[in-house]
Amino acid sequence: MNMIVCCKQVLDPEAAPSTFKLDAANNRMVQPPEVKPVVNPYDEQAVEAALRIKDTDKAAHKVSVISLGNNLIRDVVKKPLSMGADELILLEDPAFEGGDSFAVATALAAAIKKVGQFDLIFCGRQESEWDDGQVGSGIAEILGIPSVTVAKKVEVVGGKVKVERVVADGFQVLEASMPALITVSNELGEARYATLKGIMAASKKQPIVWKPADIGLDKVGAAARKSKIVKLFQPVKESKCEMVSADSPAEAGAMLAQKLRENKVI
Amino acid sequence: MAENKGILVVGEVAEGKLLPITAELLGAGRRLADELKEQLNCILIGDKVGDAAKNAVAAGADKVYVTEDAQLKDYQTDTYMLVMDKAVNDTVPRIIIMGQTSIGRDLAPRLAFKLGVSTIMDCLELAIDPATKFMNCTRPVYGGNARATFTSEALPQIATVRQKAMSPIAADAARKGDVVAFQVAMDASKIRAKVLEVIKEEVAGVKLEDAQVVIAGGRGLAGPEPFQKDLADLAKALKGAVGASRPPCDNKWVPDSIQIGLTGKIIAPELYIAIGISGSSQHMSGCSGSKTIVAINKDPEANIFKEARFGVVGDWKAIFPAFAQKIKELLQ
Repeated sequence: MNMIVCCKQVLDPEAAPSTFKLDAANNRMVQPPEVKPVVNPYDEQAVEAALRIKDTDKAAHKVSVISLGNNLIRDVVKKPLSMGADELILLEDPAFEGGDSFAVATALAAAIKKVGQFDLIFCGRQESEWDDGQVGSGIAEILGIPSVTVAKKVEVVGGKVKVERVVADGFQVLEASMPALITVSNELGEARYATLKGIMAASKKQPIVWKPADIGLDKVGAAARKSKIVKLFQPVKESKCEMVSADSPAEAGAMLAQKLRENKVI
Repeated sequence: MAENKGILVVGEVAEGKLLPITAELLGAGRRLADELKEQLNCILIGDKVGDAAKNAVAAGADKVYVTEDAQLKDYQTDTYMLVMDKAVNDTVPRIIIMGQTSIGRDLAPRLAFKLGVSTIMDCLELAIDPATKFMNCTRPVYGGNARATFTSEALPQIATVRQKAMSPIAADAARKGDVVAFQVAMDASKIRAKVLEVIKEEVAGVKLEDAQVVIAGGRGLAGPEPFQKDLADLAKALKGAVGASRPPCDNKWVPDSIQIGLTGKIIAPELYIAIGISGSSQHMSGCSGSKTIVAINKDPEANIFKEARFGVVGDWKAIFPAFAQKIKELLQ
């Protein structure tokens, strides 16, 4: 079976909120150079979902990873290879910058068509920069295949894909024909660590790099947007926290309760 | 082609009742429709949803389309897309709004890509630009570290709205509106996935979404026990519910269904008590609408204190028992 996973390099979402600075001229946020970008955590879990299927028969299943961007840091985008993916395709060009979900899904779908053979496509449920969560569904619609979003378990049973989909008060179990696209949520469980052997193997693998022309698109990135950013801004937060302190932690706890009563919160 | 006109709200019904998010969407939709001097329509999709139509009218809808079919009992992308495709084609709306729910976050992008238009997800504010009549949509981005306002010029404009971000209008049973059956053929060749089973993970006691008091724990609690004992005990005394940030869920200390945050539940209780929660942006997205936030955390620099009204710095294990005890005394 051929599986394709879409992975995005993002600013580190786990970094302290104070590291995010507004770059108003370019309508984006930036982090200082010492904060290294990462693979979007949900995308790592999408790689994990594919690898769990590959684990059932390593020789029979192939996992290809596609990442889109510009100036992609090789150590970052190669992480899925070090986890156990077979190949890495980069859609890398300055023209890919500044796209919205429509532009990104269009380019990824074109790349997937160029790969040609696929039974399952995996994406993270959303990426941690724009938190949009629509690229997966978009790719599926463009390719004309079914999609199941926000999965916590994915198995192939009898030529179909069986998915547990997280909903507000539990989960649905769905079955879809293949090829299909699945978006993966954190409920799948932690992604595996890269092994030393995996890191060695990944360092020897060269990614395949495609430009917009290679996937047959003349409009990509900002030029292919459907939505327009009117403004990007950071809401001003005034800290108004009243800190309660006392001689002992227990006294502080009791005083906190008293404060809540004085302020009619309880 | 007919001119795009009016607003279409995709409503949600559970056990015959209109969900709160739908009343919120109708409240927001009513304001937009009045500004545009156009109609506010609502579509209800499911197996038995017709009884809720009058409530949608009371909540602000001018016209309610009711699409009922046994195959629409549980949400599935393909069946709902058949309905929405026909609904857009027949009613030619200017704007479509849905909830940022299990349904909306799946359906909105799929529909937008099918129509070749944009959708703006998880909005906190919707406003009409009086000059162009296009809708501006404001939403949190970068895990809540920033906000962005988007617009698009292709119609229909589609947006999903975060739960509890909009106010419903006061329900008025005397409001007049039309309720019409909207039949859609379930073309089997277009249905490629089916729901085999629906598993409910019910949590005992007050539901997190409905609770006026929520006591939530984070990584700092270091295991499942404090959730089951200390937090549950205080929640019971305050007639509230227990919640968690993401790490306790990922570590399987608590069920995923009590996760509060961007990808979990979005809540806005009167009182939110955060124990051992650092307050990452992704967590705060789920609780920043709370009226009063109280935090206990060992790190004085923790982000939670930027959002809290009252705080104590220190080891929760030393602070919490006296805090809970004092609350119980005060409640007597």
